Parts: sequence; structure tokens; C-alpha cells
Amino acid sequence: MYTYIGRRLLQLIPVLLGISVIVFALINLTPGDPVAILLDQDATQDEIARLREQLGLDLPWWQRYIQWVGGIVTGDWGESFRDGRAVLPTLIGFMPATIELVIASMALSVGVGVTAGVISAVHQDSWFDHFTRVGAFLGISMPNFWVGIMLILVFAYYIGWLPASGRSGIENIILPAVTLGTSGMATITRITRSSMLEVIRQDYIRTARSKGLPERSVVYKHALRSALSAVLTVIGLQLGFRLGGTVIVETVFAWPGIGRFAYQRMMQRDHPMIMGNLLLFATMFCLVNLMVDVTYALVDPRIRYN
Amino acid sequence: MSDRRDDFTDERQQVHSDKGSGLTTERSKFDVLIRLARKRMAMAGLAIIFALVLVTILAPWIAPHDPYDQQLQLARQAPGGDFPLGTDNLGRCVLSRMIYGARISLAVGIMVVTLRALIGIPAGLISGFYGGRVDNVIMRITDTFIAFPGILLAIAVMAVWGPGIFNVMLALSIVGWPQFARLVRGEVLSLRETEFVEAGRALGLSDGRLIAKHILPNVLPIIVVYGTLGMAAPIVSEAALSFLGLGTMPPDISWGRMLSEGRRYLRHAPWLATFPGLAITVVVLGFNLFGDGLRDVLDPRQRD
Repeated sequence: MYTYIGRRLLQLIPVLLGISVIVFALINLTPGDPVAILLDQDATQDEIARLREQLGLDLPWWQRYIQWVGGIVTGDWGESFRDGRAVLPTLIGFMPATIELVIASMALSVGVGVTAGVISAVHQDSWFDHFTRVGAFLGISMPNFWVGIMLILVFAYYIGWLPASGRSGIENIILPAVTLGTSGMATITRITRSSMLEVIRQDYIRTARSKGLPERSVVYKHALRSALSAVLTVIGLQLGFRLGGTVIVETVFAWPGIGRFAYQRMMQRDHPMIMGNLLLFATMFCLVNLMVDVTYALVDPRIRYN
Repeated sequence: MSDRRDDFTDERQQVHSDKGSGLTTERSKFDVLIRLARKRMAMAGLAIIFALVLVTILAPWIAPHDPYDQQLQLARQAPGGDFPLGTDNLGRCVLSRMIYGARISLAVGIMVVTLRALIGIPAGLISGFYGGRVDNVIMRITDTFIAFPGILLAIAVMAVWGPGIFNVMLALSIVGWPQFARLVRGEVLSLRETEFVEAGRALGLSDGRLIAKHILPNVLPIIVVYGTLGMAAPIVSEAALSFLGLGTMPPDISWGRMLSEGRRYLRHAPWLATFPGLAITVVVLGFNLFGDGLRDVLDPRQRD
């Protein structure tokens, strides 16, 4: 197991290197001069040249890339074009709010999704099953920014139960968490339902039943356990999507996390912050996937990695 | 989105055992169509897709008003009467704008999928056909792209490049081509070992000819299927980018943009944000329903 984890970590290095190349190329090797945007229209050539030198933009691209990657390895991710704040500590400072939101939405997706999926599978073709399937299809089809706006309309404006923005109390997290969690909830419901159906038909479940085990124990102890490994994979993928989703959901609900911050900095063309943010999210995505694979191996001993 | 066999069928289906895409023989093609036609949900999805295509073609004839016509004295009228879905803050007909907005959505869907295929297919063909080091390099590149949350990369790219429909298409294509490459590679890997490819080799055909004349035509059906189903994602992404002010720019009408403009009047004119979002949902639902049915029929064993 440890060698497996070690090897997977080593394999991350070329991927992360590749990510750094893509991030750098997409953000830097494009038309449009960041300096022109940073300065006023009436800036003189001299001022432009000075700022360019100050930001290190006068160097050839490959030198800038090496500097950037070198900095990343040593923990110096550069400084903001806008306010000179150090990239890495600033980004990390926004993490708690985002992690809070992602965990809340994940708990919601998994809790509701697994429950609905199991009930749906156990009572296949009941009204609950039909309702759940249609609901799940709607859930994966609704864009999250629209879900958020509709929730604000109903729960903040019409009924007035919940706040539409901010992060001042526990009630603030409900709407953004539901918004961020909806599509994942639907996906997890579908996966749980279909893996449960598959498992329920297998011999050992029939054996368990014919031994006279109570239905409850058959479903929850035996069937659900083996259905969960499929669910686990989806949860891992979901976490990755969710990082991207935070940009939109946090912007809609003015949630002060890294997603909204990233969006603001993108709009200001703060290149070092944008690059740092992309790199951070991609790294987190890779690590989450690695963790899922490891958990997967722990949960399901049939899986061997060579 | 993925699912097991039973999700949308009531009858237990027998495993369809054609290798690869399951579209290789005339008989199975026919089978597939019959079984697809029996799925009500899939047919509902197909109907939605057809409706979308019809709306985009017939837009000038079915739109009740000129979508660009501003009548400020009629601003933010509630749905009903002359304006079935109301008017926006500049007094433009929401229904007509949505009908024209369907054009942008469909155009983005088609163009992005085409561009993705144009990058992904050659990469996948080369990767699968030659294998070895070339394969390794191309697959590591796809790994790298897949390591980003797609929408985040697209947002960043659009922020730096600037908004506009052309940039939207390009950004979304760059983000999404690796899936195509992987799909094609997988198909080519299994085709490479088949007898007709071996026969072609024995006859001394060049690699290029083998790929273009013998492998590509066999991969094409699955590409078409995947491409059709893959149109929902760029439609949502375009709407999301436009919602953030980074997508299409006026005069192009985008549902995402309508939604973000309507959001400012959410309290007093909620229809402005409601209907465009509903349109996106219905279209995506159509592709999802149809795609799910199709996946079920084509390959009941393997879901990812």
C-alpha cells in the first residue's frame, strides 16, 4: 500500500509540471498587455517600461517561467499585480470559507443522495422511485447559477427565511450549500440506485436473504456496503467539479471564499493570483483523486495495484 | 453522469455483445434503433433536441417581436398579453430574445464539439495506433488537462483573453478535447488488433492510409454519438461564462447573459432570470435523457 501511494505521488510530479506549463502558457502567451490594463490610459512609455521591469515582464517568457516554477517549489508563489500581496498566503487565507462550503454541500449530497438511492433501489418502480429518477435528471440538468438565483428568489425574497448573501451565521451557508450540492446529489442518487440494484441481484444477497436475515440487515449491512465503492469514486470526481463550482456559487451568494476571490482577481487580470489559483485547484484536485483511489483500495480488497 | 443498465428500462436487457461501439453491423444498428425507440424518456429527450433545432431554424418566423427592438416605455412588463414571457429592462420581448438565444446556444454546442473532435480525434488516432512512447506522451498531456476543474480553466482563460463568442468556443474546446482523444484512443486500441487492419498491413498499406481509410470510419459512429451527447456541457459552460460576464457579448443574445442581467431585477421582475434558466435546464435535460437512453442501448455493460 505504501509503495502504491509513493508511486502515485511520484507520478504526480510530471502532471503538476504539465499543469504549470499549461497555466503559464494560457495566461501569459496571449495577446493583450497586462501592463496596459494596470496603468491609466495616459501613462507614458517610460512609466509602462518601468512597471514592466518592476513586474519582471521585460524578461523573455522562458526565463519568467523558470522563475515562476522555481518560486513555486520554494513556496514563493509570487506577488499580486494589483496590491503586492503574496499569492500563496492570500489564497490559503480564503480556503477555510470554501472548505466549509464544500464540506457542507458534500454532506448534503452524500446524505440525501445515498438515502434516496437506496430507498429507490429497494422499492424499485414505486412512486418514490419514479419521483427520485425524474428529480435526479432535473438535478443534473439545472445549471447551478440558476438554482442559486431561484433559491434566493424563493427563500430569501418571497418567504424570507434565509439570507441571500454573506457569511455571518449558520443560516448563511444553507442556500449556497444546497446550490453547490444539487447536481452532485442527483449524480450520487443515480449511482447509488444503480449499484444497489446490481448488488441486490447477486447470489450472496440471495443467500443472506434465504438464511433468514432481516431485510434491514441485508440491505444496509451487505448490499449497501458493496454498492458504496462505486459511490466513492463519484464522490472523488464530485469534489473536483465542486472546486470549479465554487467560483460561480460563491459569486452568486457573495460567499467570501477562494472561488469568489479568484473570480475577482481574474476580472482584474491579476496574473500571479490567477496562475496561483489555477495551480492550487489543480493540485488539490489531483490529491483528492489520489486519496479516493487509496480509499478505494482500502474499502475493496479485491483491487490490487501493480 | 453515469448509470447502470437498469436506470431507464423496465425490461431486463440482454447484453449486447458487439465489440467496441456496438454499431458495427447493419443488424445491430437496426436493433439499437428499435430498442431506443421503446424508451420513452430517451424519446422525450430526442423531442426536446428536435424542438431546439426547429426553434433555431424558424427563429425569424416564430419570434413574436424583434429581439433587439427596445421600447423603454414597456420595460419590465410582466408575462402575458403582447409579451408572453414579459419584457426586459430595455423593453425587449423576453420570448423573442430567448428564441434567438437558442441559436447561440446550439451554435456554441456544435462548434465546441466540432473543435474538440478536430483536436481530439487526431490525437487519439495517433496515440492508439502507434502506442509506445507517443501514446505515453499524448496520454500524459490529456491527464494534465483533465486535472483542472474545466470551468475554472475556461473562466481564467476568458478573463485573460477577453469576452466574445469566438473566444468562448476556443476556450471551451481547449478545456474539453482530451475526453475525445481518450475515447478515440480506446477504440483504436481494440481495432488495431483486428484482422482487417492486419490484412491491410500485410498488403503494404501506409500507416496514413490504414488510419484514414480503415480505422477512422470504424471509430466515427461512436464519435458522432459521443459528440451529440457532449453538446450539453458546452451549452451550460457558455451560459455560465456569459453569466459571469465573460462569455458572448452583445449583440449576441445568450441565455446566460439574459439570466445575469435579469438577476439585477430579481425582486421585482423575477421572470427575467427565471425563463432563460428554465430554457437551459430543458435543453440540457433533453440531451441527458437522450444520452442516457442511447448509452443504455449501445453498451449496457460499461458505464464510466
